Amino acid sequence: MTEFIQHLVNGLGLGSMYALIALGYTMVFGILQLINFAHSDVYMLGAFFGYYVSKFFNLSLHPGYGSLSAALLCSMVGCAIVGFFIERFAYRPLRKSPRINVLITAVGVSLFLEFGGQLLFGADPKYFAPLLEPGEPIFIGGVQLNRIQLIVLGVSLALMLGLQFIIFKTKIGRAMRAVSFSHTNAALMGIPVDFVISFTFMLGSALAGAAGILVALTYPKIDPLMGMMFGLKAFVAAVVGGIGNVTGAVIGALIMGVAESMVIGYLASTYRDALAFAILIIILLFRPAGILGKNVKEKV
Amino acid sequence: MSETLLEFKNVNVHYGAIHALKGVSFQAKKGEILTLIGANGAGKSTTLRAMSGMLKPSSGEVLFKGKRIDGTRADHLVAMGIGHAPEGRGIFANMTVEENLTLGAYLRKDKQEIQKDLEHVYELFPRVKERLWQVAGTLSGGEQQMVAIGRALMSRPEILLLDEPSLGLAPQIIEKIFEIIVKVNKEGMTIVLVEQNALLALEIAHHAVVLETGSAHTQGKASELLASDTIRKAYLGE
Repeated sequence: MTEFIQHLVNGLGLGSMYALIALGYTMVFGILQLINFAHSDVYMLGAFFGYYVSKFFNLSLHPGYGSLSAALLCSMVGCAIVGFFIERFAYRPLRKSPRINVLITAVGVSLFLEFGGQLLFGADPKYFAPLLEPGEPIFIGGVQLNRIQLIVLGVSLALMLGLQFIIFKTKIGRAMRAVSFSHTNAALMGIPVDFVISFTFMLGSALAGAAGILVALTYPKIDPLMGMMFGLKAFVAAVVGGIGNVTGAVIGALIMGVAESMVIGYLASTYRDALAFAILIIILLFRPAGILGKNVKEKV
Repeated sequence: MSETLLEFKNVNVHYGAIHALKGVSFQAKKGEILTLIGANGAGKSTTLRAMSGMLKPSSGEVLFKGKRIDGTRADHLVAMGIGHAPEGRGIFANMTVEENLTLGAYLRKDKQEIQKDLEHVYELFPRVKERLWQVAGTLSGGEQQMVAIGRALMSRPEILLLDEPSLGLAPQIIEKIFEIIVKVNKEGMTIVLVEQNALLALEIAHHAVVLETGSAHTQGKASELLASDTIRKAYLGE
């Protein structure tokens, strides 16, 4: 039983990192019906922003909450800016084009960031020196937790609650929901649609940036292609949860994380990647719209 | 009732090769109800779209308070004082009625005044107040139309554009909604009403423009059009 709970806790940690990325996928899909393949590479850039900030200011020489927060903040801001530019220059000019054109562009942006990253940062993996020491493990009823796991869970939870607050309790969040429902009608309410779309990209990208730091804290080896598999699984999580649905993305991501951790614990870690797609196939067979897939009632 | 608030000057609209509006000119005077009537495909909705910034006329001018507004972005027009209750009601079905109404006041910052206007909408539509916390998609068609009009009023517009408010509603509900349109107009609101139900529209309007295959076929006082034989034959089914 203790072992099971241990895997569960590890899985929740992993799942919360997937969730931060899945949220960006799902928000952009909700507002533009676009699968932003470049999103997983924004997450990669998040890790690299953190790496270079940490290197430049020698943050790893003074590991602690201050250094971690500084890297986290820089990376989130950096990624938000990248997200803004991706939308502004790659997707906005195609706003009125057929969806397939935008989809192909998204793949193009993704490849551009991946191989541009190899050119700029080098293809070799880099060691992201820890910004926080794991500290003495804490035991709760036989389940072992270290400080990094707690931070990953805590930071993700805080960011997700913050996002919920923005989407459901603020004016801009209400505007985001209106735009995701209908661009035209939102504009007729006086909502500046392009601004809201930019904001959505920036918000999603900032979360991906945070994920980049948290993942690097857990697995300190970073490279320009790190977004491929991790980002793909986050995307699968968004689809499993019901793409376009914010709560669904979190649920999907937690399921993926826990399932992966169970497979590693009870089967073999070589199956971990296959599992994501097995879950996807099963969900798509039984609930094609995902767990919380859209089911909006509209009377005409 | 003499100042011109909104004016179309020889407006042409093309959808690709289709010439949808052919040199349409008319004026909406401050404080009146102007109705645009005509059959399906006559250009009513196109005219309204050219007013609301959803499409740019290929030539001609659209003026609001003497300023050209053709080609201006839809959200900027809202800021200038043009309110919309769009075709098909345009309700945000996934949000509550309260959220729909406050979205109408998106550009406003005067919280107290917004609250006042909300109270005013509740007064006009007591039904809307009862449904405040319900998800708008679950309302009946008539209630949705009430939300759409209320929401448009929340931007505190100088002119209110109503696109087929009677569409798909039961006669008693239509009557109720038209009563409220008259009431809002009596409070001083200028209204442009696009309607398929020509009889109802002419009964409440001051002036009317009859559109036919993209041209302003006839225009004049609503009461005169209502009395004219040709109009009665062509549009009122007599």
